[in-house]
Amino acid sequence: MNTTENSRREFIAAGLLAGLAAAGCTPKKNPFEPSDELVKASGEKVKLLSVDGEIIEVDKAFLKPVPDLPPVSNDVARKGIAGKKFVMVIDLSRCKSLKKCQSACNHMHHIHPGQNWIKVYPMQDADHTAPYWQPTTCMHCDEPPCVKVCPVDATFKRQDGIVLIDSDRCIGCRFCMAACPYSTRVFNWEDPGVPKEIAEKPYSCESSIPQKKGTVGKCDFCPDMVRKGGLPHCVSACPNGVFLFGDMLEDSVTNGSETFRFSDLIKDKAGYRLMEDLGTKPSVYYLPPVNRNFPFENKEESDTTITDKSKS
Amino acid sequence: MDSIIKQKITEDLLPQPFGKKGKIWLAVLTALCIVGLVAYIRQLSNGLVVTSMRDYVSWGIYISNFVFFVAISLVGSLITAVLRLTNVHWSTPLTRIAEIIAVAAITFAAIIIVVDMGRPERFYNLFIHGRLQSPIIWDVIVITTYFFVSLLLLYIPLLPDFKILLKFKEKTGAKLNKLYRFLGSFWKNTPDQIKISERSIGILSITIIPIAFSIHTVTSWLFATTYRPGWDSTNFGAYFISGAFLVGAGGVVVAMYVFRQSYKLEKYITESHFDKMGKLLVMLALLYLYFNINEFLVPAFKMKKPEEEHLTGLFTGEFAPLFWFAVLTAMVIPIVILLFKSGRKPLPAFIAGILVVIGSWFKRYLIVTPTLLHPFLPMRDVPANYRHYFPSWEEWAIAIGSLAGAMLIITLFARFFPIIPIQETLTETEEHEKA
Repeated sequence: MNTTENSRREFIAAGLLAGLAAAGCTPKKNPFEPSDELVKASGEKVKLLSVDGEIIEVDKAFLKPVPDLPPVSNDVARKGIAGKKFVMVIDLSRCKSLKKCQSACNHMHHIHPGQNWIKVYPMQDADHTAPYWQPTTCMHCDEPPCVKVCPVDATFKRQDGIVLIDSDRCIGCRFCMAACPYSTRVFNWEDPGVPKEIAEKPYSCESSIPQKKGTVGKCDFCPDMVRKGGLPHCVSACPNGVFLFGDMLEDSVTNGSETFRFSDLIKDKAGYRLMEDLGTKPSVYYLPPVNRNFPFENKEESDTTITDKSKS
Repeated sequence: MDSIIKQKITEDLLPQPFGKKGKIWLAVLTALCIVGLVAYIRQLSNGLVVTSMRDYVSWGIYISNFVFFVAISLVGSLITAVLRLTNVHWSTPLTRIAEIIAVAAITFAAIIIVVDMGRPERFYNLFIHGRLQSPIIWDVIVITTYFFVSLLLLYIPLLPDFKILLKFKEKTGAKLNKLYRFLGSFWKNTPDQIKISERSIGILSITIIPIAFSIHTVTSWLFATTYRPGWDSTNFGAYFISGAFLVGAGGVVVAMYVFRQSYKLEKYITESHFDKMGKLLVMLALLYLYFNINEFLVPAFKMKKPEEEHLTGLFTGEFAPLFWFAVLTAMVIPIVILLFKSGRKPLPAFIAGILVVIGSWFKRYLIVTPTLLHPFLPMRDVPANYRHYFPSWEEWAIAIGSLAGAMLIITLFARFFPIIPIQETLTETEEHEKA
């Protein structure tokens, strides 16, 4: 596995150049193995920068498009990324329930229609306090109740703090759903009905696609994006920058356009976590809805049940 | 003892072929099982979407049925072990009834839990990836152990009876004779064998008590180890065990009546048995009532915010009719009936037993489902049918089919084996005459 890992990294670093050495492209096996197929030089040269910083010339015919990166192995996905501790900060003062986070998440993870990994709650803590919008993801708890009860280690906590589900192992007992106080887990009661090309993709618990019938699904903090150096889909989809994602060990969180020192942000804006008294130690922090960017407008009033259990 | 009396007792207790009623009963049970099986095949091909369970109510009547089966199976340990160890002799004719109820119920508890799984074909993951920290693994361990210990407690006392049965080849038929020979021809009734058998039963009777307590305590922990209002209770283990003994004893009273009527066993299952079982039921119902008061009064006194919705839902809200129905039928009415001497006659005791069993089934439903409809965060961003739960026909068919299946096992067992231990009855009559 390590050799393929290394070759992949070099490949990314060297950009298109790797097309020379490794041209084969079978999506489910190692895409970097050289193929037997002979390519004839076209005579048209392209200048490229090598990993050593030299400029080299390559025939255009030898260049191949980057194949889909294969998902990391199950072992690697279960371990997580070393030296990281991922956190999210959700700034309630910026949320107006546009639900772009939700639709991006549903779209990218091909979630069964009607179900959502991200929910946006209209909350009101007490009779006379101001209502606000509260988006919830999986809390990626440091003491995850779901992981404690899973009988087969299908849901697990990684060294980088992310809690994932292995849909290839899940037996569908739904004990984790009963155990999660944040109601973030959903179950694939039927086939999620994804398009054929998604259904045929090799499953990885890092990408969480394709979702599988009879297993549990939930927000995964998009570790496939994070591994590529990107941000979770909800973070980049939110036009108001509500979601900030980052590494606690680097002490920084970003929504793509702004970056904050995590500890300062939590201190200055009085950050808190949901249901602290349960001892689950979430990795998701909330900034209280003060100095809001938008007034609270609930257009679907009839549909909402406002309760004050957010911090109980 | 007079060999004629001996002969009479033995012939009375031999397994009898089904009469007309018996055949109809058998046909009904088989039909219900087949309907359940058809529903399960539908569920296997379409997924759990055929149920009414959704993301909020993720456990429905399958799990409440599972809890019910585990509960009723506890009676095996109560009648066989607890009463045996406390030197209560009147319960001897009831031991086999209790033990077959235990074996049948625990078998279907295991089956129904597989039915509830989204991926039943991955059941083996519990063995290759099992993690000891999960209460489900504890349940798998104790239920398997309980099944085998119960099976032994059913089988070992049957051995002397096989020897008797083998003598009645013409009556039982060649096929059954072959079965008895296969199961027990090694039993020669030698003093050594009797000694080993008695010691084994003694050891099993002691071991089954902690195992029985474990199966139902662990089952209660499937709920009590979560944070949810209505489940987050330290009372749950004792609450479940007391309820289990109650429903099990109720089940035995019902079975006693049915076997007594259909096999004409009035001389062996006497009115005194109903009287004593009736008293036991009153005691168990009072005990369960006590734990119910503990379970509901204390949180209701405080009315903590998350508990409030759940409790008002049970007391006065959408689940109130079912809640009070269960309290009345499982506890209050049986107590009232059975407190009177005339209420402990076979028929009224039978009715009280049926009420206990039905009330207890709905009680299990009320333990499982209403809690799930009151999550900490309000229900949100789900389709409308995710906010309610009423079982689909497939769920009813499977649940009823599993109940029918358990009764089918009991019925067939009583067809092929003596439901009242022959040898033990002979020995006790002998001792009785001597004294």
